[in-house]
Amino acid sequence: MSTTQLLAPNVTAQHWADPSHPDDRPFIRKYVFSTDHKTIGNQFMFMSLFFLLVGGALAMMIRWQLGWPGQPMPGGGVLPETMAPGGILLPEFYNSLVTMHGTFMIFFAIMPLLVGMFGNWLIPLHVGASDMAFPRLNMMSFWSAVPAGFIMLASFVVEGGAAGAGWTAYPPLSAVPEYSGVSTGQQLWCVSLIILGFSSLMGAVNYITTIVNMRAPGMTWLRMPLPIWSLFITAILILLAIPILAGAAIMLLFDQTIGTTFFLPEAGGQPLLWQHLFWYFGHPEVYILILPAMGIASEVIANGSRKPIFGYPAMVGAIVAIAFLGWIVWGHHMFQSGMNPLLGSSFMLSTMIIAVPSAIKVFNWLGTIWRGDIHFHTPMLNALAFVAMFVIGGLSGVFMASTPVDIYIHDTYFIVAHIHYVLFGGSLFAIFAGIYFWFPKFFGRMLSPTLGKIHFALTFVFYNLVFFPMHNLGLGGMMRRIYDPNQYGFLEPLQPMNTFVSVFALALGVSQLVFFFNILWSLWRGEKAPSNPWRSNSLEWGLASPPPHGNFEAMPAVYRGPYEYSYPGRGEDFWPQDEPPDGGAVHAPTGGVPIPEGVPQ
Amino acid sequence: MPEPASTFGAGIDSIYYIILWITGAIFVLVETALIVFIIRYRHREGRVAAYTHGSKKAEIVWTVIPFLLVLFIVYASNDIWLEVKRADQDGAAPADALPLRVVAKQFEWNVTYPGPDEQLDTSDDFVKRNQLHVPIGRAVRIDLESEDVIHSFFLPDFRVKQDAVPGMTIPVWFEATRTGEFPMACAELCGLGHYRMRASLTVHEPGDFDRWQAAEIAAGGPPTGDSETDAERAEESDVMSEGEESA
Amino acid sequence: MDLSLRQILALVVVSGISIATACGGGGGEPTDDGADGDAPAAAGPIVSPDSAATIAGTVSFEGTAPAAEPIDMSEEPTCAEKHPDGAMRQLVAVADGRLADVYVYVKSGLGERAFPTPSTPVTLDQDGCRYTPHVLAIQVGQPLEIKNSDGILHNINTQPTVNRGFNISQPVVMETSREFAQAEVMIPVKCDVHGWMEAFIGVQSHPYAGVSGADGSFSLADLPPGEYEIEAWHELYGTQSQTVTVGVKETAEVSFTFSSDMAGNHVPLGEPLVLR
Repeated sequence: MSTTQLLAPNVTAQHWADPSHPDDRPFIRKYVFSTDHKTIGNQFMFMSLFFLLVGGALAMMIRWQLGWPGQPMPGGGVLPETMAPGGILLPEFYNSLVTMHGTFMIFFAIMPLLVGMFGNWLIPLHVGASDMAFPRLNMMSFWSAVPAGFIMLASFVVEGGAAGAGWTAYPPLSAVPEYSGVSTGQQLWCVSLIILGFSSLMGAVNYITTIVNMRAPGMTWLRMPLPIWSLFITAILILLAIPILAGAAIMLLFDQTIGTTFFLPEAGGQPLLWQHLFWYFGHPEVYILILPAMGIASEVIANGSRKPIFGYPAMVGAIVAIAFLGWIVWGHHMFQSGMNPLLGSSFMLSTMIIAVPSAIKVFNWLGTIWRGDIHFHTPMLNALAFVAMFVIGGLSGVFMASTPVDIYIHDTYFIVAHIHYVLFGGSLFAIFAGIYFWFPKFFGRMLSPTLGKIHFALTFVFYNLVFFPMHNLGLGGMMRRIYDPNQYGFLEPLQPMNTFVSVFALALGVSQLVFFFNILWSLWRGEKAPSNPWRSNSLEWGLASPPPHGNFEAMPAVYRGPYEYSYPGRGEDFWPQDEPPDGGAVHAPTGGVPIPEGVPQ
Repeated sequence: MPEPASTFGAGIDSIYYIILWITGAIFVLVETALIVFIIRYRHREGRVAAYTHGSKKAEIVWTVIPFLLVLFIVYASNDIWLEVKRADQDGAAPADALPLRVVAKQFEWNVTYPGPDEQLDTSDDFVKRNQLHVPIGRAVRIDLESEDVIHSFFLPDFRVKQDAVPGMTIPVWFEATRTGEFPMACAELCGLGHYRMRASLTVHEPGDFDRWQAAEIAAGGPPTGDSETDAERAEESDVMSEGEESA
Repeated sequence: MDLSLRQILALVVVSGISIATACGGGGGEPTDDGADGDAPAAAGPIVSPDSAATIAGTVSFEGTAPAAEPIDMSEEPTCAEKHPDGAMRQLVAVADGRLADVYVYVKSGLGERAFPTPSTPVTLDQDGCRYTPHVLAIQVGQPLEIKNSDGILHNINTQPTVNRGFNISQPVVMETSREFAQAEVMIPVKCDVHGWMEAFIGVQSHPYAGVSGADGSFSLADLPPGEYEIEAWHELYGTQSQTVTVGVKETAEVSFTFSSDMAGNHVPLGEPLVLR
């Protein structure tokens, strides 16, 4: 019953790696305007880590002001007088700091790290393709993200300073310069996000096309590694959500510049319209920022536990369910906004239900490590921290989802704690896990495990000392985005806690330098990486580190799911996806691939 | 959280504590399991991981239990939510409520008091800046408005928070249960003075409230309610009702 | 396929160029160039001490001035302490029939002369949640030293029609310097944290402007001899002007009289002044 079948032309047309032919691309095509998904992934990594540093530096300044209100910031004297005369941060600059910290971290660090970097690194390799479906579009996606980032950065030096209406940019504050004192900065904010939106859309169509059309024979939907499932669903979310943000940003830009009044009540506009549009984008965005992290954590946890992922179909189902429910919960950001309170009840229900698929994922991760053989390599430590922290972030979300409790904690530091438990404790720990895991594959050098563990330990401890007390600050009534809480008598007793948080926030910031040092040091001095350092199953680990241009020498064939660890009776505790059942190698002839026996279609 | 000072404050807090207990239990359970598994199943020479792809039974259990828990939380939350927001009564405050108007602007709260006739937009109205005075034991209905950007009317001790949106009049109500002076804050970023957009709320014994009101009127608080602002207000409220519909 | 040094170098260079472009392209200096626009083609003669003339006079008031209103500063103890007798808001500062806080300036008659920009700053102090002075005269390009003596948050929200406005904050005891690029009568200044605070700034491209003192007197000295239109501005009673000729080393007397029935006169600002 052996069948031979030619694959679709778009698959055969791929340019596989040719070991007999040296890679003779000119320098600029190889390293700058490269269409190779691996290079683009690396570029996204460097760009996003740069903006992670920028966002982190802004956070340090925020914490300085909250820890020691009104004291001149050490080194703050270098800032211009419009930001910090004599090193004392001004309230309007503080508002810009808060706004730009959120904007950089969400749009220029976490999102491009998860989607741009991991999407590019993993998708073609994991599905067994030579590159993305549209390599030039892919290149354009990166090279439009760069100017978007620098436009955002440039807004600090224009007159009036950077946008200061919060990363959520609620009009009329964001739409009318007289209210915020910021005009050009807010316009650049809109322009930058519109450009970045195009970048994300170009990435998303690429990911979807690649995953749907370019899977190697045998790579069925239910044999895809979970990072690919999560990136696939994420790409669909991006494709549907980003146009809403871009549209809203264009409307806001028009309100600012050409006198429209979409969001201004003077001429019949409605400020709440922005909030509906923004959060209709914004809540799926939250899942854009966490789903790939979940996929990465699943991959690393299965590897570190040497066990198949517990309940793979349920994990996939939970990703899909979270993504679907993500579209009908946006109103939970608006319980106190003046929206009809009856809507609050229905949004409360849909929001609470999202806890169910999230719980499934957590329990399945626990099921995965249960009776495992846990290896505590650096990626695994970060992935376990991801689970532990995501639990806290998820549970604190239940408080906000409950409409009456939200009345009190809305717009307080409780929300700040929650978002950081999800985005730092969740997304960023998974990003660390993923970088420690795949860095060897893409740079051919191991990251130092000693530095990695030091970085992990410092980050984990300081992180919790920074963000857990924020729950208490919020319950004490401390509002978000306030420059000096001591102006309120009832918040004065919280100052010692704020100072405590700031001390450890500065420590947390400094300890990230270990990570950056590790990356820079390991790029040159790191131990040479073998092809499969983690004894993992997915297709990329069968290739050299880094894989050659074109990835595979020939179309790989896939025989099993990605998490066949500790299969009884095998000598090894892992079983690569492309290893034929009989142990022999199947080489694809040129021009078409015979589908080996046992490979389902 | 400060001790509640409004009639629904305790109800809100009780939901908070219910959720705290439920999530606290789950938190302890999950994190303990995580730590126990991490220690128990750490790599040792000769350990072989179990080869299993999951268990339908276990997965059904941990799907159904969270589902029932969240449904319970939703059910428990909704009653008090409807009471606070009076959503089932179109936001209308209790009938005998004292009407007040709070107009937010960068960076102050202007409170219009109805005066002895307890009717807004009449000649005996008076305005106080950043001072909200209410009697104890009587519901207060506040028409919340904003002149410029979005502010958020926050009374921490009363568990009251409501955004003030330009172009809309949003009803807020509460009934104080303790006398004293309480903070009032802006909870929505509204510009460079956001962190200082503060005011005070004073809860009086009923007799004291009347005396305070009489003293204010005698001191000649600037009257409002000249014809022009009335007309403006009528116009605004047209816009507002449209706004509310579209919201 | 090692990661080459060149790869890193390329990234660094590319991002360096991008930064440079972004800063060069999107950036702009936050302060305006002081004297652009109406600089005359030929500088006029500097007034010699031998010929310098003076226009001086008083501003009087007739009728009944509106009563001062009390300001409730109870929310701001720092400021309330500075007014032990209670702070009052007095729109019309009258003493013995003389009106203070009237801005008097040479409106026309100076021709195309250019005048040096003084480097001595004019101070606008915020003390006790009041602006001192309430009305001030400044020259184009002359530094305006804004001072916060209270140590609590004030914001300085200027709302000019000709100049570019600014809205800055001073959260602690501090000083900030700003300047105006164009002549303008008058620029309202307010503090959004303390709604009762307001001040007015008159900007001229020449030094011949002043504010009447408590005795209603003003003096515009060191004028070149000639014929001038002199205008007086009051925040509540609008403007009046007179033409006066002054000879070498002469002192011309000019008197203005405002009266209570002028209330509601047009106040020449971009926006009508809101009277409360």
